[in-house]
Amino acid sequence: MGIVTPGFRGRRDASPDLPPGQYLTHDFPVLSAGPTPRVRTEDWQISVVDEAGGRRDWSWAELMALPQETPSVDIHCVTRWSKLETSWRGVSLDVLLADVETAADFALISSYGGYTTNLPLEDLLDGKAWVVHEYDGEPLHPAHGGPARLLVPHLYFWKSAKWVRGIQLMLQDEPGFWESAGYHDYGDPWREQRYQGD
Amino acid sequence: MARAAVPGRLAARSAWRVANLVEVRPETPTARTLVLEVPGWPGHLAGQHVDVRLTSEDGYVAERAYSLGAPADDERVELTVQVVGDGEVSPFLGGGLSPGDPLEVRGPLGGWFVWRPEDPSPVLLVAGGAGIVPLMAMTRTRRLLGSRVPFRLVYSVRTPADVYYADELLNPQPGDAGLEVTIVYTRESPPGGPPPSRVRREDLAEHGWPPELAPLCFVCGPTGFVEAMADALVALDHDPARIRTERFGPTGGT
Amino acid sequence: MDEDLDLYPDLYEDGNALAGPLDEVFAVEASTAVTRCASCGRTGRVAELRVYGRGAGLVARCAGCQEVVLRIVRTPREVWLDLRGTVSLRLPVGGPG
Repeated sequence: MGIVTPGFRGRRDASPDLPPGQYLTHDFPVLSAGPTPRVRTEDWQISVVDEAGGRRDWSWAELMALPQETPSVDIHCVTRWSKLETSWRGVSLDVLLADVETAADFALISSYGGYTTNLPLEDLLDGKAWVVHEYDGEPLHPAHGGPARLLVPHLYFWKSAKWVRGIQLMLQDEPGFWESAGYHDYGDPWREQRYQGD
Repeated sequence: MARAAVPGRLAARSAWRVANLVEVRPETPTARTLVLEVPGWPGHLAGQHVDVRLTSEDGYVAERAYSLGAPADDERVELTVQVVGDGEVSPFLGGGLSPGDPLEVRGPLGGWFVWRPEDPSPVLLVAGGAGIVPLMAMTRTRRLLGSRVPFRLVYSVRTPADVYYADELLNPQPGDAGLEVTIVYTRESPPGGPPPSRVRREDLAEHGWPPELAPLCFVCGPTGFVEAMADALVALDHDPARIRTERFGPTGGT
Repeated sequence: MDEDLDLYPDLYEDGNALAGPLDEVFAVEASTAVTRCASCGRTGRVAELRVYGRGAGLVARCAGCQEVVLRIVRTPREVWLDLRGTVSLRLPVGGPG
């Protein structure tokens, strides 16, 4: 650890309800690995592709016509900020994956702009994940992943891919953008799985 | 061995050193110059920066890069921090430190955005807001060395209250012969002055150097400003290879 | 000049921000190094790359085609330097030129 500068605390509070090493923030930091994609809803679609290549697409209108939920969840970024009771609106992955028949155990999520992230398929199911398009009652801003992003709050927030466009079901796990650069393949904040080898 | 001529062996430059705050000076109502004593400081070139690392008692770490605003004075270095109200680091650096407090610095860093005094080329400096800091290191180094290299500075600020190093820039110092300073006010200009406007291509043509003189151009400030100014210089036929840029990000660092 | 930013400002710095992390990896100063983008072939200085991601890692993208040229992630024990977006990296040796 570096030498301590007296009085420095940063913009956060520690709280016993947070995963280890996390701090509560009251703003909503934006971190991006690249330029913000600009996708119009009229051009937008999301695809689910299974391991055999079978594909199902939804347009924006089709996504909006699906049953909507309004999860209120805590989110934890690997850069150490956490935000409690964030409010979203979107479609559960249980709905998007309802008709899929697959032997795949993994998913590779891809986004407009080229970002990818990987996670086990079961971590998208049973009420654990959504494709969300509203935050705090407003349409999701592009800087925060709009028009739609993945929301998987039980994992570090880099798994909640902004600008989501595709869910590829995979027989084998394949590291995504940050996972191939040193971050953990799974990313459980409660076990502090930030980096490969943790 | 040739390495001895390089200011600071690279392994030493990448190591964190403990620096102590000597003094804080206000530059504007919201900007502060920090003078740091850095034992073992190897010296630096004008334009280089340091990474500053702050660690809290419970182990939280924040790191930011700051340009050095002046040549080294033995083991003392200076950086100027723009305090951004809701920033995580800048309000602390600008107001939360007391003389004697330790912080960690790493550097000097950067080999591209530097002015080498042995280069006789005329120099054009284009600064947007806090981007003046590394360019001030260049004008101050020039003065310290008694260099006669022709320098022109175009400095864009919002209002007269936002001018860093105002005394030095508005009142020529001994040793500044050959340095011409133009300040462009984008929101509010001094009484009796021309109406505010942003820096236009014509301003760079009039207050800069003609491309035939092949000046070395240094542009520094927020990303949007730097992109606009670099594009304008290229449109004025300056060689893109002679334009060096440093972008602070959209807010210039917080 | 924040009034110039459009509605969706791109949050990038430039490759001068890579100087500190790269100094941990290379024996010579690397922000003057010349990279060749594996996607579009454009050559340029590391200092001119568009750098995103500060906080999680440093993602340096080609100023021409925006594809990733290099990435640096600093874990507690390692520096992960990913150069798959770079065809070649030319580093100056022997002191400042």
